Amino acid sequence: MEPHVEVKGLRVTAGGKDDSAITIVEGVDFTIPRGGVLALIGESGSGKTTIALTLMGYARSGCRIAGGRIRLGETDIMALDEEGLTTLRGDRVAYIAQSAAASFNPSKRIMDQVVEPALIHGRMDRKSAEAKAVSLFRALALPQPDSIGSRYPHQLSGGQLQRLMAAMALITGPELVILDEPTTALDVTTQIEVLRAFKHAVASQGATAIYVSHDLAVVAQMADHILVLNKGRVREAGAATQILQSPADEYTRTLMAAARPAPKPAPVAAPTKAPLLEIKGLFAGYGKVDSGGRPEIPVLRDISLSIAKGATLGVIGESGSGKSTLARAVAGLIRPASGAVNFDGQRLPGGLEQRSRDQFRRIQLVFQNADTALNPAHSVADILGRPLRFYHGLKGAAQRQRVAELLDLIRLPASLADRACSGLSGGQKQRINLARALAAKPDLILCDEVTSALDTVVGAAILDLLAELRRELGLAYMFISHDIGTVRAICDDIMVLYGGTAVEMGPRSAYQAPPFHPYTDLLVGSVPELRAGWLEEQAARPAPPAIGPALEGADLCRFLPRCTVRIDGLCTHFTPPRQHLAGGSDILCHHPEAVN
Amino acid sequence: MSVTVDEIKAGKAVSPGWVAQLPLSGKLGLGLVIFWIATAIAGPWLAPYDPGAFTHQDVFASFGAAHWLGSDYLGRDVLSRVLSGARYSVGLAAAAAIAASCTGTGLALIAALAPRWLDELLSRFIDTLISIPSKIFALVLVAAVGSSLLLLFLIAAFIYIPGAYRIARSQAVNLAQMDYVQVARTRGEKAAYIAIREILPNMLHPMLADFGLRFVFIVLMLSGLSFLGLGVQPPDADLGSLVRENISGLGEAAPAILVPALAIATLTVGVNLLIDALPRRHGSKEG
Repeated sequence: MEPHVEVKGLRVTAGGKDDSAITIVEGVDFTIPRGGVLALIGESGSGKTTIALTLMGYARSGCRIAGGRIRLGETDIMALDEEGLTTLRGDRVAYIAQSAAASFNPSKRIMDQVVEPALIHGRMDRKSAEAKAVSLFRALALPQPDSIGSRYPHQLSGGQLQRLMAAMALITGPELVILDEPTTALDVTTQIEVLRAFKHAVASQGATAIYVSHDLAVVAQMADHILVLNKGRVREAGAATQILQSPADEYTRTLMAAARPAPKPAPVAAPTKAPLLEIKGLFAGYGKVDSGGRPEIPVLRDISLSIAKGATLGVIGESGSGKSTLARAVAGLIRPASGAVNFDGQRLPGGLEQRSRDQFRRIQLVFQNADTALNPAHSVADILGRPLRFYHGLKGAAQRQRVAELLDLIRLPASLADRACSGLSGGQKQRINLARALAAKPDLILCDEVTSALDTVVGAAILDLLAELRRELGLAYMFISHDIGTVRAICDDIMVLYGGTAVEMGPRSAYQAPPFHPYTDLLVGSVPELRAGWLEEQAARPAPPAIGPALEGADLCRFLPRCTVRIDGLCTHFTPPRQHLAGGSDILCHHPEAVN
Repeated sequence: MSVTVDEIKAGKAVSPGWVAQLPLSGKLGLGLVIFWIATAIAGPWLAPYDPGAFTHQDVFASFGAAHWLGSDYLGRDVLSRVLSGARYSVGLAAAAAIAASCTGTGLALIAALAPRWLDELLSRFIDTLISIPSKIFALVLVAAVGSSLLLLFLIAAFIYIPGAYRIARSQAVNLAQMDYVQVARTRGEKAAYIAIREILPNMLHPMLADFGLRFVFIVLMLSGLSFLGLGVQPPDADLGSLVRENISGLGEAAPAILVPALAIATLTVGVNLLIDALPRRHGSKEG
């Protein structure tokens, strides 16, 4: 049987039509059988989205499809004029973008937007389009499928919007669906539900699909075939199982290794027992603080932790769990409402004004996004030179010398010093970001999602660098992340945050196997494994058991609404106690035996 | 005057080759700005006649050998009047625009980094100033004190501070939330360092664009005042008053009205072309 989609010798260039054009994609061939799922995988800049977009006959502004054949069914896409492409797009070929939240019009109801493609292409009248939309909502496991269409985008969560965007794409019954990193912006516990919904919906429509992603483990769940791309060229192509089990290409193996970072050994010299940072009963948030030391809008509740000199504490949680607030409270950007933060035996003042320059120097904060953390008006030498001058009084030649040493420490050439940050790559910027913290000679670095914005290979290199710096300089880290794989690789102790409370706290060995806190269990179980068929094995989680009304005013477990093992009358009435588990961790739960 | 020129130059100085890097529109703008600055400085010496003297038999004479740009409504030499009028428009308007933009930006930086109550106080005070009708305010002051160059400068600067402040504050408040500012705060930096080194370089470009607009407004406001007889006092005249006083020559298409109008146009367009073409990301100066 003839393949449904065929691409041969595809070439995409940017810039002029003459020789000055830069080739972005070169010599890409692939075919997809009807109903098959092909994954395009690679790092940013590998051309994966560019290739996916050419199947709609579209090249981003400044680029053009310079050569090759693209065939969809009987249609030669390269031969279509603008009008032909317009009838193709959104009807026979549909596109699901990475950020659904940014793709919906905030001032129109969901239903109006979902049925729009069907109406534009005259596929059906409004009434049958809405009926089809509701059936898609149901197939995508959206809550209240009959009424969700009458809501506005801001009333829904990111995971729900992503599924609604899939409904919008599928409403015309497209032959080909392009999914462009559709779960990258989601929390891992949401991702698994969205993946399951996508897989089911695409299969039941019998559509052919192209799945663009940088995450091999996600791709393993979705695709039959995989195309590994690097710098616009195909590095390896083959069946999903073959690529995942026995990758032939060196680059594929690098990607696989980076996807699951190996645990970094702890430093040989055991960290001393004396805590460097000690937090006791910390409450922080926004708004007025009442007499009991509780803020009006609490973000962190009763957090206690300690980090020894040279140790690493991982803080993990989903978006909104308060993990960044914790780093900001330690750094002094947010004044704690109550509780104590002690640093090296001394009470750390809550606000920035009362802190001494030495206290500033010894705690350094490194932000997630190096693009916004480095001032675009400053050169690399300015950025690294400022803390040197500010804390250590280095000027002139001595400063330049030290900047060169720092660049060497983070494996960047010294010639970079005079460059502006805007010209550097994402990985280089993140290294500069880190070097600025190192310039202060700190004792503790607060790393807020430092690898999240980076490609897996680059992120893995930053993790290696952090581990090495820790060995060489005896640094302590508070390592904040949403990815349990990363945290398990680099941290000695791990704290799990949910809704601003520390639901579990323990050494990293305790996170290798159950028992866990119910939320940790969900978190660990939601991380896709690097093999096909994992998604199918994960039975849909049972619905949480029915419970009576929660006791008004009681300080209850934050995870109660989502917990599948909650107990009526106990969890709904009493504050959960802190229990010690055999694995070595402390959990905040009523269950006598933790979940396994 | 030369102080003004130096200030403008210092703001733009990026790197030795910055002129070569400008796009064509920027080079055109730079040429026009340099031309007008040179005219403002050297104009009175280049003028072939005394700008106040009646040197032509006809009013609204056209281009000619003796009077290159013809004569005005009283038979005075237009070229001489434009050459000597340029310094009022360029000097007075530029000085007032610089004063307004700098004061507005400075206050905005204070508001962005100060405690909330000070920001509120400052912003509400500026709102009060915005609610005063600017022309009436200028008329009252001129009527009370009498017109002088210094007063015109102060009025123009004062009237345009609130607008500059509003624009600059919205910029500065956003920039103050950037991660690199947070990093500087956790480094223990003083507010002055954060304002000048971290925030200011990143709001310079929008503020220069705003400066270009304000400069045009001030040229127009000064000519409006001149029309009412409250601006630059005769026999001196800025470019705006040259247009106004020769307005009856419009029907005859006299150079007396075309040339000053063209002069204002090239001056304001030149300033804006140059500012738009300046590099987006400013390299910072050593300081």
